[in-house]
Amino acid sequence: MKIIVCVKQVPGSSNVQVDPVTGVLKRDGVQSKMNPYDLYGIELGLSLAEKYNGEVKTITMGPPQAKNVIIESICMGAKGGTVISDRKFAGADVLATAYTISQGIKKCGDFDIIICGKQTTDGDTAQVGAEVSEFLGIPNVANVISVEEITGDKVYLTASLDDKVVRMSVKMPCLISVDGDINSPRLPSYKVKQTLKDDIVEFISFENFDDQNPDNYGLSGSATQVERIFPPEKNNEKHTVEGDAKQQADELYGLIRDCKLI
Amino acid sequence: MYNRVDSNDISKLKNIAGDTNVVYGDDINPDYAHDELGGVERMPEVLVRVHTTEEISEIMKHAYERSIPVTVRGSGTGLVGSAVPLEGGILLETTQMNKILELDADTLTVTVQPGVLLMELSAFCEENDFLYPPDPGEKSATIGGNISTNAGGMRAVKYGVTRDYVRGLTVVMPNGEVMKLGGKIAKNSSGYSLKDLVIGSEGTLCIITEAILKLVPLPKVSVSLLVPFSDMKSAIEAVPKIFGSKVTPTAIEYMSRDTILFSESYLGKKFPDTKSDAYILLTFDGNTEEQVENDMKAVADLCLEIGALDVYIVDTEERKKAVWSARGAFLEAIKASTTEMDECDVVVPVNKIDEFIKFTHSLADEMNVRIPSFGHAGDGNLHIYICRDELDDKSWNEILKACFERMYKKAEEMGGLVSGEHGIGYAKKEYLKNQFGLMQIELMKGIKSVFDTKNILNPGKICF
Repeated sequence: MKIIVCVKQVPGSSNVQVDPVTGVLKRDGVQSKMNPYDLYGIELGLSLAEKYNGEVKTITMGPPQAKNVIIESICMGAKGGTVISDRKFAGADVLATAYTISQGIKKCGDFDIIICGKQTTDGDTAQVGAEVSEFLGIPNVANVISVEEITGDKVYLTASLDDKVVRMSVKMPCLISVDGDINSPRLPSYKVKQTLKDDIVEFISFENFDDQNPDNYGLSGSATQVERIFPPEKNNEKHTVEGDAKQQADELYGLIRDCKLI
Repeated sequence: MYNRVDSNDISKLKNIAGDTNVVYGDDINPDYAHDELGGVERMPEVLVRVHTTEEISEIMKHAYERSIPVTVRGSGTGLVGSAVPLEGGILLETTQMNKILELDADTLTVTVQPGVLLMELSAFCEENDFLYPPDPGEKSATIGGNISTNAGGMRAVKYGVTRDYVRGLTVVMPNGEVMKLGGKIAKNSSGYSLKDLVIGSEGTLCIITEAILKLVPLPKVSVSLLVPFSDMKSAIEAVPKIFGSKVTPTAIEYMSRDTILFSESYLGKKFPDTKSDAYILLTFDGNTEEQVENDMKAVADLCLEIGALDVYIVDTEERKKAVWSARGAFLEAIKASTTEMDECDVVVPVNKIDEFIKFTHSLADEMNVRIPSFGHAGDGNLHIYICRDELDDKSWNEILKACFERMYKKAEEMGGLVSGEHGIGYAKKEYLKNQFGLMQIELMKGIKSVFDTKNILNPGKICF
């Protein structure tokens, strides 16, 4: 079984400042890290690979230093990975990003499952996964919280939707986007890192792609333009359960049920 | 010897602290009769939720005049019964004195009331780019409680313990007099250090109502390593070698697979790795990535050289949370794994940890009882838990007594002491007496009697 996990390098802290004039994230001097949601995707991929005798490779799009997240994924257990990097891809919105990644995936050989994290902590759109699947012409399931079984060409899984939890099957090849907190991602191994050779990460660029029309990439391939980026308002809302013991218990039960904890 | 609390006392306390802050008789929640583990229970006659130094001073003047015993309690997270009112009387709860009063960047100090929780203090300091280094596992303890036990915590290897970060204290004496000890000063050779006597005195000498704490600039980079070993012996034996490498980690903790599994079951969350029998968890901090990376690499290479199965990198907020939150829950997790337990918080020289842990394993086999442990491999302070499981009363009491006697004796032989950071309180008094002998205990009693001539403050603890 061949599994590809899409990963992204994001700022290392959630307290990244936004330039008030340009609206651009101030990334200078900020440490970077693997998008935390992608770690759940890698862990799911690795555990499926262990169970079904498969292998995981990772792919990312970004500047050359994005290779660090590929190396990290290899230290966690991936067999290899690819960085899609080219100045022509700069300024890509969700659509152009998804198209570029889909072109990159086509250059990675056959696959059975593509796994994406739910969203990234810098862009937060949660749309790239679904759009990649559209460009690749494969089915997509979002908000996946567990994969129960893979039999024949079908993946049996559970997804958490707004008001319900749905169990379904999807035919491979497919793309799934996984929720956060669905597993405990394994830690990267220093021992593996010491053994890695310089060429462990593969780089591909525009010239490797099937579609050689530059208008489909980067700023010119983007359907949207960002007018303004601003940090979301912090929500410190607290809910106090009041009333007598029975009323409190009833309300608490309702709240826990709404959160799908029971 | 002591007077009982009567209706006149209740009226007086209500006048001082306000009606709603005085709870008495059956209205007192039974949880105020005990702490987290001390094995002793006694209800106070009256519970007073205090808010200011002045209130405490007025209450103490009254209690002194009337010879009513007074015990101070923070969050009640103690483990040796220090905050249990053995003689009844008044229980002063400080949790509402929870204000951070001043952050003074010029003197690198923060001034706090005693009821501020450790987790609130750490978060406040970090938001302001400072670090309050003491880092005990129980984050919901109050800082007043931490000072009263001289709590240590996980960063003691590099930064020291609570005592090293207390610059000044405001205290109320048993007769109600208010005193200031120390201050925002970095040096002090002015006579006996009363401040240092108060630190670790478990509320027996006076009542802490304000503390000036030393801070350090927040290190910009911090990375942990989780290092698996095939057995506990190899894990613990790595520690002196790490010190020998001249790199000083911020923390070195050891943990066994069993303890990690208890924590998984208690938290309902998987630990990132449970394949190995024993682990050490190290942290490195500093101001540059390069410096921390160099320290980390030196220790990682050394660990691999001496037989570590791997070295896992714990470098992001999420990974640190996954690993350290499990470490923070070990005590509660072991507690949840058994019907009852008692603990031994001995401290031994760091090069004796391996020998001591091996001793507890053979003791467990010999006594046919479960004795899980975890602790601060870097400073020799072990947390060892004797679990009752299905033992009947008689066997439990006999086995517990025998285990404690053997363990404290062994610690003494190794040059260790009864408590590294949890204190003596009520539960460990006998072991302290056995180890220290008459002279030291009499000195302690003398100190107590000078501070507290009527012995009304937290009677029956430490040396009495």
